[in-house]
Amino acid sequence: MAADPAGGTLTLPEAPTRPAAGARGRRLPLLPIGIIATFIVVAALAPLLSPASPYEQSLRHRFTPPAWEDGGAWAHPLGTDRLGRDMLARIMYGARVSLAAGVLTVLLASAFGAAVGLVAGYYGGRVDAVLMRMTDATMSFPVILLALILAVTVGPSFFNVVLAIAVILWARYARVIRGEVLTLMELDFIAQARIAGAGAGRIITRHLAPNTLNTLVVLVTLQIGYVIIVEASLSFLGAGIPPPTPAWGSMIAEGRDFVTSAWWVSLLPGLAILLVVLAFNLLGDWLRDTLDPKLRQL
Amino acid sequence: MIRFVCFRLLQSLIALAILSVVVFVLARATGDPLHMILPMSATEEDYANARQYLGLDRPYVEQYLTFVGRAATGDFGNSIRARRPVSEILRERLPNSLRLALFAMTVSLAMAFPLGVLAAVKKGTGLDRAAQVISVLGQSLPSFWVAIILVEFVAGRWQWLPAGGNEGFTSYILPGFTLGWFVVAGLMRLLRSGMLEVLDSEYVKLARLKGVAESRVVWMHALKNALIPVVTFAGIYFSILVTTAIVVETVFAWPGLGRLAYEGISSRDFPVIQAVVLTTAAIVTVVNLAVDLLYAVIDPRIRYAR
Repeated sequence: MAADPAGGTLTLPEAPTRPAAGARGRRLPLLPIGIIATFIVVAALAPLLSPASPYEQSLRHRFTPPAWEDGGAWAHPLGTDRLGRDMLARIMYGARVSLAAGVLTVLLASAFGAAVGLVAGYYGGRVDAVLMRMTDATMSFPVILLALILAVTVGPSFFNVVLAIAVILWARYARVIRGEVLTLMELDFIAQARIAGAGAGRIITRHLAPNTLNTLVVLVTLQIGYVIIVEASLSFLGAGIPPPTPAWGSMIAEGRDFVTSAWWVSLLPGLAILLVVLAFNLLGDWLRDTLDPKLRQL
Repeated sequence: MIRFVCFRLLQSLIALAILSVVVFVLARATGDPLHMILPMSATEEDYANARQYLGLDRPYVEQYLTFVGRAATGDFGNSIRARRPVSEILRERLPNSLRLALFAMTVSLAMAFPLGVLAAVKKGTGLDRAAQVISVLGQSLPSFWVAIILVEFVAGRWQWLPAGGNEGFTSYILPGFTLGWFVVAGLMRLLRSGMLEVLDSEYVKLARLKGVAESRVVWMHALKNALIPVVTFAGIYFSILVTTAIVVETVFAWPGLGRLAYEGISSRDFPVIQAVVLTTAAIVTVVNLAVDLLYAVIDPRIRYAR
């Protein structure tokens, strides 16, 4: 900036007090972030934090109520289940399963879906038409059907759940990213990159992909919660993660017949699901409103 | 238009064909189906006989065509557990599922429309916030968990309503609301954002300037256009409904397809699962086709874009 010709003093423009556009003065959603961070720490450090082994049975202590109820003891803060296993330990280890399934599925689906979307949007024409018909056909197919088939043929497993959900979920990403790319392709900087001699690979990876990142982040956050719910539903049906691995869905299923006498076995894992999914959804909503208001419909 | 219909019909058939190949390959690739059918004491000779009887010694392509031919006529073989034709079981269960789905759909539409539209019209008020809470909770609560709580309290402890089963209209209320509620969340969200966009448009302003009554502007002019995104997502909502229905039916012991799927899983009853999956997929495909055609009728731009 040039010196002020009149007085010789330098006047600097006032520094903006907050990032102007985009943030729209919205506060960071501390509660959802806190909940997610807590669950991540618990999942990562489960072997260190857990008060007991999630597999150790003790029939003498079966259906011990949580510590604050009559007959509860601090040895098992959240009580025990049908086989006398510690509920707190199982919920902590269950967080590993749920978060791992959620994150892994969404990463797989978003990587594949984004690639399809980028290619379809960049090339357009027949490539786009074929890829988008595939996407449409996949998108409205119920995830659960594929998971059911895999469960009775190959047998239920963590990997099958991730696969079954990811095989359907990628379509969402492909659709949204393609839409985004179509808008980007109209802009001057892509034409300039072309003139500068950039090839398809370079334009897609260096120019288009980074510009769709915001959308991708929003979509990923919103979908993790959904995947956690689907995984829990599958585990609940016996088509998800097989016992004795502590998964929240199968824990709810195991406690189902004892809700009247031992509510904590079913209700506490459900509460854990609700907290995590709610946190991811609220964070996703916030990210969408902040980063990408166009995506209101997701 | 006819070209579009034919094209979409072909596309649906291809989708179903791919699924049937997946089912067939998985069924054959994961071990001899005879292990599931024959008793433990079966001899080599029994296996050879059964293989010939069931046509398992034929080439795979021929086996696949037979399988598809039978499935198309509703013949899915015998249930391993119930020891009777799967088609018979399907005929008993399917109507129950359809009735429940219809009830749930009615409930969710009856809730989503007023809530979504009013939330947009009265943006920022308590009503809008309440609608948002309903929507976020609907997307965050595990449906089977809600179902268990409802069965325990509303049906068990307080005995207000029956926990499913078949006791006339009242037995529809709990499963229907549980199922419908999860569709309400997404629908309402779409309607609200659609309405906000449309209410801000020039032609709505024009309608107001012309002196059209506000209720007419909202419910006729604006809603009609806010419906377009809702129709786009209708296929996806239907598939969410199907997924949720399988879980909800299981908890409420509803004698439908979902409950059947659960029973099939727990006894590894492959013919049953195969029949449930293919039937459900066919229904989903038909609904999607209908949605697309409806969409093309509402919004002619779609037809010409393809």
